[in-house]
Amino acid sequence: MLEIAIGIILGCCALGAGAAMIAGIGPGIGEGNAVAKACEAIGRQPESKGDVTTTMLMGCAIAETTGLYALVIAILLIFVAPGRFVNILMNTIGK
Amino acid sequence: MQKNNMRFLAVDIIYLTLAIIPLLFGIVLNILFTPASSGIEISGALIYFTIKMPLQDLPITESQVNSWIVILSIFWICMYMTHGLKSKDCLRRQHIAEWIVNTTESLVKGNMGEYFKGFAPFIAAIMGLSAFSSLLTLIGLYPPTSDINIVGGWAILVFILITYYKFKCGPIHYIKSFGDPVPLLAPLNVISEVATPVSMAFRHYGNILSGTVISVLIASGLKGLSSIVLGWLPSFLGEIPILQIGLPAILSVYFDLFSGCLQAFIFAMLTMMYISGGFPAEDFFKKKSRKAKYNKETI
Repeated sequence: MLEIAIGIILGCCALGAGAAMIAGIGPGIGEGNAVAKACEAIGRQPESKGDVTTTMLMGCAIAETTGLYALVIAILLIFVAPGRFVNILMNTIGK
Repeated sequence: MQKNNMRFLAVDIIYLTLAIIPLLFGIVLNILFTPASSGIEISGALIYFTIKMPLQDLPITESQVNSWIVILSIFWICMYMTHGLKSKDCLRRQHIAEWIVNTTESLVKGNMGEYFKGFAPFIAAIMGLSAFSSLLTLIGLYPPTSDINIVGGWAILVFILITYYKFKCGPIHYIKSFGDPVPLLAPLNVISEVATPVSMAFRHYGNILSGTVISVLIASGLKGLSSIVLGWLPSFLGEIPILQIGLPAILSVYFDLFSGCLQAFIFAMLTMMYISGGFPAEDFFKKKSRKAKYNKETI
């Protein structure tokens, strides 16, 4: 019985980590848009390449934040959460 | 002149060795404390030793030690670069040092305005520390920037600076700034205030850590693939992971070199933008000129 419970915990943590990384779609689309517009801008005004590139990198970094939140959640779910959940399970069984 | 030259060279060599010794020290510590394990695995920073404290034990981790190593190395490299400054026919290193100073000063002036030009050393320090910490992976050490405690500390430092410059017009102005468009949005403004350091820390740490994780996954995947493809070869020939040669190095150019330097630049840029953006420049200068006028009248 205990093995099944621990297995369910591990499996659900892995599933949750996978589901959390769906958030990677958003930053991907956003950064793609940003880079496309930056390319257009450079094509129109090649002399402003430096400024456009700097601003684009900044915007990309900020757009990436939501994806990185998802990454942090996924990493927590894989490396930290299983141990904690199993500990909680053990404690409740001990009582 | 010849004698002087010899002394100059000797000091140069001392500076360079002092810059390299911490790195060697870090590598030796890493080799001594790494537990024997099988194959490639993802793990956090090693704990070298713990100091007994009354409330909670203080662990001295690999990331703390490595960030001190980076600080010492950067210090001695700076000493080396500014050694023997001359006004004419100067050395090559002086040109590099001048270029670094000029670039950061123009960057800070361009992004933060004239009032904040004293911030150039701080911004250069943050950028150098962050970039060199991320580049520490190139010699096989644990990069301190992939530990959230280190990057979180930097983010808290930046947050204190932001709040200090927001307080420049007095506490009443600071509290008023939370109810900016309408007072109803004050809770959201508080949340966005707190989210600034959190997002800065997570952005930097997440980028470096995700690079490490992806590199490790690809390296272990290639090992498995080569054992499938070449496993039929006799004895030890089948165990050599031939496919691991090449591809991880190419990926490392992006994940270690490009991503590390870019994140350092972005961290510094965001620091500059948040500090100069939060500073109520208009009100501050108005208040200052009013005060100066008042002082003149009373005198």
